[in-house]
Order: sequence, then C-alpha cells, then structure tokens
Amino acid sequence: MPDSSPPVAAVAITVRVVYLARLREAFGRAGESLAVAGNPPRVAAVLATLRARDGVWAQELAAGRAVRVAVNHDVVGGDTPIREGDEVALLPPVTGG
Amino acid sequence: MIVRVETADFDAGREIAALRAGDPRVGAVASFIGTVRDVNDAAAVSTMTLEHYPGMTEKALAEIVTAARERFDILDALVIHRVGELKPTDQIVLVAVTSAHRADAFDACRFIMDYLKTRAPFWKKEVTAAGTRWVDARVSDDAAAARWEAKA
Repeated sequence: MPDSSPPVAAVAITVRVVYLARLREAFGRAGESLAVAGNPPRVAAVLATLRARDGVWAQELAAGRAVRVAVNHDVVGGDTPIREGDEVALLPPVTGG
Repeated sequence: MIVRVETADFDAGREIAALRAGDPRVGAVASFIGTVRDVNDAAAVSTMTLEHYPGMTEKALAEIVTAARERFDILDALVIHRVGELKPTDQIVLVAVTSAHRADAFDACRFIMDYLKTRAPFWKKEVTAAGTRWVDARVSDDAAAARWEAKA
C-alpha cells in the first residue's frame, strides 16, 4: 500500500500470553510465548497474530466474541501499548459468585 | 479489608465475628453467601469446578472493595471466594460489610457482589447428565453492575 509518511521501524517484542477457562480448553494450551511487532506494539497486535492462525483461533477471537484482555492483571483495551515480558491474558466472560 | 481465594469451606459466623470484633463503631453488618444450586439452565448439576486467574483475582477483588469503600460509608469489608470442585448446597462466596448504619452496609454488600459477578476472573464449569459445560455469563449480571454506574 502506498504510504507517504516516513518509514518507522516496528518494534519486535515477546510477551507471555495466558489462556483462561474455555479458551484454554479450546486452544489446547494454558499459554505460550508470542512474538509481536508494532510501533509501539499494542494489544490488538496480539489478537491479530492469534486470529491469523485460523481454525479455532479465528473462531474464538472473532470480532464480536466477548473476550476481554488483561495486561499484567489489569483489563485493558486493544489500543493499549505492550512491552517486552508483559503478561497478556485472554479472558472469556466471567461467571463467579 | 480481607480478600481470600481458597479451596476450603468457610464458617460465615466466625468470619463475620472476626470482621467486627472490637470495633464499637459498627452498628450494622450485612452479608451475602452464594451457594451451588442443583439446577442451572434446566439441567441437573452434579458437580461444578470453579477456576480463577491467580494474581489477577486478588487484585480485582481488592479493587472492587476499594471502590465500595470510596462510594459508601463503611468500616470494613470481607470477600472469601472458593475455587476447585464444589457440589450442590456447597458455599461458594461470602461477602460481609460493616458500617455504622444499615443502608451503607446493605448497599456496599450488593455493590461488591454485583461487581464481583462481572469483573472478578472466576469461571464455573458444570458437570450435568449431558456432559461438561462452561457456564455462560448472564446479561442480567451485566445489568446489575451497570445499575451502579448509572447511579454514580
């Protein structure tokens, strides 16, 4: 895509992704290390990277599915910047109490 | 403030006695206990497993209690939530609040439960005759928490 803005180097980082409850079972794993890039890298890049795996990943993380994201134990939005070593957790709707 | 996540059962009488012990400012104690029902969404439940996200859970509960303290005139609050395998009639959660007068105790107790249901990272998985299933979140729970936002 043509882009007239000056090129900006993307930053590559590795975060720890954690899958909870139904998502852990659907993905067959409790978590993993994931490399993402961006300038700066953001939560949305984690979701996009996982969705690109297709299959169950694309289904469970499709737009409109109620999945919340917590970075280092705080629920945040997709625009939130993330840093090397952050813990990024994917949470299905909670059902405690 | 006391926030605990544990597998063991709790003794509500003992917990409430400890919460208000030695504090003569307390004139009201409100508490709520959530228990496991034997039927959910028209299916008989034989057992239930409650899981959580260690680290975030304690932080989320502490934030909810802090929000209640800022909003209501209360003296202290307690939240105990169990995890692991539970069966019908078992206790799941205890919330208790002390205050000088009943209105703040009642309101803060309900506020904490409403936010716990929608913000604290716990998940229920039920075993029924039809198999195992993750419990779906309820729209009514979101509405209950949203009610407090409207009043803010």
